[in-house]
Amino acid sequence: MQLRKNIATSESGFIFNPATGDSFSANPLASEIITLLKQGLSASEIKKNIQEKYDVENGQLEKDWDDFLLQLRDANLLDN
Amino acid sequence: MSKLRYERPVIQKMNAGLMNKFGTRTEYEPVKQIDGVSVASMIKEYGSPLFVMSERTIRKTYKDAVRAFKTRYPKVQFAWSYKTNYINAICNVFHQEGSWAEVVSGFEYNKALGNGVPGNKIIFNGPEKTNEELLLAIKNDSLIHIDHFDELYQLIEICEQTEKKPRVAIRVNMDTGVYPIWDRFGFNYENGSAWNALTKIVASGKLQLTGLHCHIGTYMLSSDAYSVAVNKLSDLAFKCKSQLNVTIQYLDLGGGFPSSNTLRGAYLPASDTNPSIDDFAEAITNAILNAGFRTDELPLLVLETGRALIDEAGYLLGSVLANKRLSDGRRATIMDFGVNILFTSFWYEHKISPAQDFTHHTEDMVLYGPLCMNIDMVRESVNLPLLNRGDQVVVHRVGAYNMTQWMQFIQMRPNVVLIDESGKTHLIRKAEDLKYIEQLEEMPQHLSSISL
Repeated sequence: MQLRKNIATSESGFIFNPATGDSFSANPLASEIITLLKQGLSASEIKKNIQEKYDVENGQLEKDWDDFLLQLRDANLLDN
Repeated sequence: MSKLRYERPVIQKMNAGLMNKFGTRTEYEPVKQIDGVSVASMIKEYGSPLFVMSERTIRKTYKDAVRAFKTRYPKVQFAWSYKTNYINAICNVFHQEGSWAEVVSGFEYNKALGNGVPGNKIIFNGPEKTNEELLLAIKNDSLIHIDHFDELYQLIEICEQTEKKPRVAIRVNMDTGVYPIWDRFGFNYENGSAWNALTKIVASGKLQLTGLHCHIGTYMLSSDAYSVAVNKLSDLAFKCKSQLNVTIQYLDLGGGFPSSNTLRGAYLPASDTNPSIDDFAEAITNAILNAGFRTDELPLLVLETGRALIDEAGYLLGSVLANKRLSDGRRATIMDFGVNILFTSFWYEHKISPAQDFTHHTEDMVLYGPLCMNIDMVRESVNLPLLNRGDQVVVHRVGAYNMTQWMQFIQMRPNVVLIDESGKTHLIRKAEDLKYIEQLEEMPQHLSSISL
C-alpha cells in the first residue's frame, strides 16, 4: 500500500490530488498517517507508532485502519 | 506519560460550490443531560434504547399554547389527543393541566375513563364506534362527533331504545386551500352534505346538536387555512341558528399544528418555515371574533392539538451498534433503534445529537436501525461526529405518535421514563419481554411438541 507520489499534503490536514483536482480535509490522525506513509513507513510500523502514542485498543485500531484504507482507495489517493 | 485521546482517522472530500447556502448546522454539540439528568445514567439504569419524556417541557408547552389562545379569546378548551401519546402518565399530565380527552376509538375512550376523565369531558371522534361504545358514551353524556351518515342513523336507532338525548356534533370537511382535502372524514361543506346531516340531526328529535367539528389536515404549514375553516363552520353555525333554531355551543377546530421537526425532503429547517402556535391562535381567534357572533353567544373554542404539545418533550436515547463502509464509499452507522420504535423517521429528518464529547470533525453517514429489513433507515444522510460502537446519541422531538404507532417487530419495545419537574425519573411503561409478547398466543395440542 502506497500513497500516490504526487499527492500534496499540508500540516493542517489539507490533501490535494493534482491528477484529479480533488481536495480533502483530514482529521489529525488521518493527517499523521498520511505523513508517515509519505515518509515510507510500513502499515505495521505506523500502527505500532499510533498504539504507543494514542489510547486505543488493538481491535479498534485494526477496524479503523481497514476503514481508512477504504477511504483512501475511494478517494483515489492510493497507488495500486 | 498518559496517552493522547484517540479519534479514528477520517478524510472528507471538499466540495466547493455545493454547500448549503443556508449553512445548516452540524450536530456535534453533545447533549449530555435532559432536564438535569445525565443521559449516560439513564441508559445505565433503564437500558438502551430508551424513550424519555420531560414533564417540565410538556407542562410548559401546554401552558404556552393555552396562553396563546386565552389571551386572544375568552372561551378556550383543549382536549388531549389520545392517539398522539396515550401512555396514561402522559395523558394525566395534560388532564392535570385542565385538558379534556379527545379519543378516536372505544379503546381510547376506556383509557380516558380509566384515567379519571369525567364522561362529559370526553370527545368521541373517529369513523368506528360500536353500538356498545356509543351506548356507553351516551350514558356518560360524552360529546359524540358523527363522522358519516351510517353512524348518524346508527345513533338515531340506538336513541330510540334509550331515553337519553346525546350531545352530538358533526365533523365537517372542506376546501381550505390546502390540498389534498381531507374529505375522507366527516361531511363535506361545499357539496351540502354537512348541512344535510345537521338538518337530519335536528329533525330526528333524538339528538342534541351541540357543536361543529373539523380537522383540516396534519402538519399544517399555513395558519390562513384555519381562518377559512372557522368562516365555514361559522356559516353553518349561523344557519343552524336562523333555520333550525339551534345555538351551536362550541366550534372544535381539531388539531394539525406542526411541531418543530423538519419534514423529510424539506429544503429549510422547520424552525424557519413552520408557523408558531401564536400564528395559529391569531388566525383562529380573529376569524371567530370577526365572524359575527353576538358577544353573549360566542362559541367555546375547542382544540385537539396533539403533536405540537408533546413532540418537543420526547427524546429517544440510543447507542451505536456498528459502523461500516458501503459499496459507494458512504459511511453507515447502525443504531440500536430503528423504524420499529421511531415510526416518525418515515416523516421527519430527526435532529440527532451525540451524548458525549467529540472533536469538530464529522462525517456524512446513513443511519440505519437494528432490524434485518431494508426499510429500517433512520436518516438517509446526516452529518455527525466520528461515532464508535457503544457511543450514545439523543434523538430529539419524538414525543408524538412514536409511543402509539411503534411496532413490535423483530425487536421489543423499550422502557419509557418520565423526568418529573424535580428531576426524578419514573418508569411509565416497562420494556416488553417474551412473556408479554406471547401471552395472547395459543398453541394447538398437535403442535405443542417438536422433534428435530
